[in-house]
Amino acid sequence: MSESDSAFDLGAGMVGLSTEVIDGTTAEATALDSRTASHDGTLKLVEGSASQSQRHESSILHVSGGAAYIDDLPEPKGLLHLVPGLSTKAHARILAMDMEAVRAAPGVVLVLTAEDIPGHNDVSPVGKHDEPLLAEDIVSYYGQMIFAVVAETRAQARAAVRLAKIEYEDLPAILDIAQSRAAGSPLVWRSLTMSRGDAEAALSRAPRRISGSLSVGGQEHFYLEGQAAMAVPGEEGEMRIWSSTQHPTETQLMVTHVLNCPGALVTVEVRRMGGGFGGKETQANGPACLAALAASLTGQATKLRLDRDDDMVITGKRHDFVIDYDVGFDDDGRIYAVDMVLAARCGWSADLSGPVTDRALFHADNAYYYPTVRLRSEPLKTNTQSNTAYRGFGGPQGIVGAERLIEEIAYATGLDPLDVRLRNTYETGTPRDLTPYHMNVEDSIAADIMKTLAEDCDYKDRRKAIRAFNGKSHFIRRGIALLPVKFGIAFTATHYNQAGALVHIYTDGSVQVNHGGCEMGQGLHTKMVQIVMREFALEADRVRITATNTGKVPNTSATAASSGADLNGMAVLDAVRKIKTRLVIFAAEHWSIPQEQISFTPEGVLAGKILIPFPDLIKAAYFARISLSSNGFYKTPKIHWNPDTGRGRPFLYFAYGASCSEVAVDTLTGEMRIERVDILHDAGQSLNPAIDIGQVEGAFVQGAGWLTTEELVWDASGRLRTHAPSTYKIPGCSDRPRIFNVRLLDNAPNQEETIFRSKAVGEPPFVHGLSVLHAISDALASLDDYHTCPRLDAPATPETILRCASRLRAEASGRAAAGTA
Amino acid sequence: MRDTIRFWLGDEYIVLHDVLPSVTALDWLRETRGRTGTKEGCNEGDCGACAIIIVRRNACAGHLSWNAVNACIQFLPMLDGAQIYTVEDLRDPSGVLHPVQCAMVNQHGSQCGFCTPGFVMSMVAFRKRVGSMIDQVTDADIDDALAGNLCRCTGYAPIVRAMRQALVAGPDRFDAEIKKIGERLTMMESGEGVSIATKNARLTIPASADELAVTLMADPASRIVAGATDVGLWVTKLGRTLPHVVFIGHIPELRKITVTEDGATIGAAVTWSEAEAPLCAVYPEMRDTLRRVAARPVRNSATLCGNIANGSPIGDGPPLLIAADAELILRRGDKKRRIPLEGFFIDYGVQDRASDEFIEAVFVPVPKAGTMFRGYKISKRFDQDISAVMAGFSLIISDGIIRKACLAFGGMASTPKRAAAAEAALTGNPWDAAALAAARDAISQDFAPLSDLRATSWYRLEVARNLLTRFYVETTGSDTAQVSVWSIHGEAVNV
Repeated sequence: MSESDSAFDLGAGMVGLSTEVIDGTTAEATALDSRTASHDGTLKLVEGSASQSQRHESSILHVSGGAAYIDDLPEPKGLLHLVPGLSTKAHARILAMDMEAVRAAPGVVLVLTAEDIPGHNDVSPVGKHDEPLLAEDIVSYYGQMIFAVVAETRAQARAAVRLAKIEYEDLPAILDIAQSRAAGSPLVWRSLTMSRGDAEAALSRAPRRISGSLSVGGQEHFYLEGQAAMAVPGEEGEMRIWSSTQHPTETQLMVTHVLNCPGALVTVEVRRMGGGFGGKETQANGPACLAALAASLTGQATKLRLDRDDDMVITGKRHDFVIDYDVGFDDDGRIYAVDMVLAARCGWSADLSGPVTDRALFHADNAYYYPTVRLRSEPLKTNTQSNTAYRGFGGPQGIVGAERLIEEIAYATGLDPLDVRLRNTYETGTPRDLTPYHMNVEDSIAADIMKTLAEDCDYKDRRKAIRAFNGKSHFIRRGIALLPVKFGIAFTATHYNQAGALVHIYTDGSVQVNHGGCEMGQGLHTKMVQIVMREFALEADRVRITATNTGKVPNTSATAASSGADLNGMAVLDAVRKIKTRLVIFAAEHWSIPQEQISFTPEGVLAGKILIPFPDLIKAAYFARISLSSNGFYKTPKIHWNPDTGRGRPFLYFAYGASCSEVAVDTLTGEMRIERVDILHDAGQSLNPAIDIGQVEGAFVQGAGWLTTEELVWDASGRLRTHAPSTYKIPGCSDRPRIFNVRLLDNAPNQEETIFRSKAVGEPPFVHGLSVLHAISDALASLDDYHTCPRLDAPATPETILRCASRLRAEASGRAAAGTA
Repeated sequence: MRDTIRFWLGDEYIVLHDVLPSVTALDWLRETRGRTGTKEGCNEGDCGACAIIIVRRNACAGHLSWNAVNACIQFLPMLDGAQIYTVEDLRDPSGVLHPVQCAMVNQHGSQCGFCTPGFVMSMVAFRKRVGSMIDQVTDADIDDALAGNLCRCTGYAPIVRAMRQALVAGPDRFDAEIKKIGERLTMMESGEGVSIATKNARLTIPASADELAVTLMADPASRIVAGATDVGLWVTKLGRTLPHVVFIGHIPELRKITVTEDGATIGAAVTWSEAEAPLCAVYPEMRDTLRRVAARPVRNSATLCGNIANGSPIGDGPPLLIAADAELILRRGDKKRRIPLEGFFIDYGVQDRASDEFIEAVFVPVPKAGTMFRGYKISKRFDQDISAVMAGFSLIISDGIIRKACLAFGGMASTPKRAAAAEAALTGNPWDAAALAAARDAISQDFAPLSDLRATSWYRLEVARNLLTRFYVETTGSDTAQVSVWSIHGEAVNV
């Protein structure tokens, strides 16, 4: 297994990461934690095992081109290629489909339409039956899959798909939130209300009150590996599918719907994805189902790999929101009451829009206590791509709403927004710890983190210096903002909070580990290996992770909601400890040593004073007929949630953090540059500080991209015009902050019993990007001498920034004119 | 004429018969050669996941030049005569990782790993370009080297750390093979052209400008391709077929760069990367703007003259070159003509070039005394983005009076276009606040730009006006006046 480690001089474990960013975990802290968290009192940890930095398990393959993604897998003999044909209307009735030329094109084997589906033409992941795999008589968005060409080569399929002639009769299309509201079009999911107290009454009683509206744009996932799947038919209706999916079990289920076959015949496997970010939670199902359908009908292996443009046109994205808000507060910046309506463009089908808009509400408080509150969601149906999961899952949009409230209050009162934040933060153990969904925040550290970060990055002095600079600089304005994040960890669909694992030890003492989570770059597999390393005190080259496969661990949850390591880590630990217990009992008997005196150390298994090499123990256990394989299972404790009452404890705990961004804005062109970013993030007792810091850095840049350069543009016909990297601009290397300091919170074990007291780290740091939007806003506010809340919407493209600048300049000259009059 | 395409792929000498003109290097590498380490991320040259390295002998200096290019929009025949490396070639024969690969592992520079091979190739090429100038490498240089590679996972920070680590690491496997690589390249230098005709398509690689002239006269319907960074997308995205492609990228006469005291002559096959030095020799003010044209892997293939020839209203080259008073040298058969560049752009999609005529070179004269010049690019993203507005400004001032004004814009009209009314408002006046105000006002007479996905008409007009203001402040203000967020740190691109 060791990928030429001999030729690669890394040394195991704590490699390379520059010291200024790694001081989150020390060996000492790890050992201390181990005493409390590890049931057998193991003190010595193998280097690079859980709670220490360790390189990504595939990193050597990544850098040398050897890591295989779906399109890189060996191709079965006679492999066919599938390319979907797409709607060119946003909403229309299909009058006629002429596929003659398509069928006659070179290499074409089969043209698939809805009629060819033997089972149900339905891939709704939430059982709403509102999402046909291939359109039947109505198309509901520009880009919807209507048919598919199966050909001998991909180039032939791509060429043939252009030859289809489809006649449409236009139907009225509803493209955005405003049109959807104006037309009174239906919701794709029930609206959720969370409330505490009488918001209207409290608002009218508040000393001061501001209402307004904001819009925040959507976001394309732009996973570098596009959607891809390969299906290989087997005996008696068996179907094996390799899919770039975050949710193999759901992909399996959808294939059974489409093929009308039992789940036991379908196996879905994914070794790794080239990025997911939520975009392969449900959106991978369509491609996998089409590949399986073609494979089933032709009896030949079939592969589908979407062209980037098709991928962006077909698949759903992050929901854009319009948030209407009304906030009551006093002159000290204390919030009295909040009323918000969060409306989302959901697209043509429900997909995950229900839970996404729910999670927006769950985070519309960010880290702040609202004494009286009402929050409502509006999941609006539109004739656009069906928006879906994207890192944060609506949470970041809700937090955008919360932080606008803070900004409004700060400009209204003249307070530093940071002071407004600190005055409204949840206070655990006081009456000010109750969320809008009636869960007590038992672990609030948001205020402490903000204060520590403000101190560390010299926020107050820099803010003063920036204001002085702005007083002298005519065109270039600088801004700074420091924001917290509090992010709820658990699937709000309670049943999703379960996981399985499967661990085998072979007679040479090498270990194979498998679990229900998927690797998409986040380092989940690395962490799972590290857990096994830590428990058995084995080096990395003795533990092999294998591809996620529905045949190994069934009925898995999506690798989503930041839950991958939390859920699967505990399941892996469960499996490992079951085997470990058997081994301890066996060793105690075999060597006549009390069980308490048996421990797993890097040197070997210590039974009293006898040191037994791990492989020797395993061999002895095998001959004694001890089972060396076990599954593992975990379900998250304590959580419950009732959407009908809007009450419950949907989250096991919260992950926290704070970020401070400083930007420079060119008020002549609207161009912006991120000058400096400081982040302090709470990963609990991190499972792997190097990987977690990577998650924070990457999430920040992705979050900043969402709120600045990443703009989705549809034209009046509903056609997405930003459908490739030439037109849709994710951050590039030079967009990263000039100075970028990321630190994990020290000595911060999770107070809940999570895997080695770590905290989930996938989504929460995405929110840090919001400090960039607020820093831009702070820079622009200088144009009107900080009198007016800039109400800067997102994405803050150069054009949006320039528009805001000219509005604020107009305010300023209006004020000057009034002053002289 | 030869009827094969030949090049070195790693340590293997490749000779191909029956090559189609528009098969991409990426498809060939992945599908025919099974080199799946090179990834397809976008198939349009915008993400860099498919970056490979092309080694050729530098025409002027004679040393080897190592360039990362996007394989997805390189047509296979364009590789003729080159040494090609993909990510699979980087480990040394004993399997030890290349210093760049090692640094990427060490610094946790990969997460999902899909963009990683492309990054690694750009980083290896950059290391070669830096050579011994390690001390001069700025962060801006690294940004420039990596601008054509998109990563969605890492936020780039660990990749930049890896780049820094790799720059100070020891030699790589290729350092010991320079002589061998040189010999391979020499071996392939034959001076003969290539002509391959298959059932469906034909390709020609003329050996000389004369051969090119003859080829075009014989088949005016043929398509001239230099760097393929535009035509590549006609194939990969629009599904167009190209019956006859004439590849001009390595015709010696068109590869020429001549800098004299009159100005710089830049041949039609000179890439943007290669044109940077001669352009900056004439106009040092262009440096920061040239760095923002596309990104390194595109500039390594795309040519300055191709950017002119395709006639795009949003090309970055024409506004700069029109403001620089550039001239185009065209050739048809034996006849050459020389026209002001401005006149080349007749209307949207219409240029002053006969179908059997070709651009031989562009000439950029040295500025006249008293010239003030600036180029500005405004786009949603700093790097690798198509301009919302592109501007080239030039004023000639003597005795305090503007004698000549040239304000050329891209993105404002259906062709690259000068702002005649604004120029008139300036000419004959001193370069002062009143003249600026008059020129700003005149912009709305000059242009009625489109609204599209990049910007609205409002934004384009407002920015066009404001760029005049930036120009004014930069050319008349004190040294400390800050008028661009990009210049705050004064970070230079040195390498």
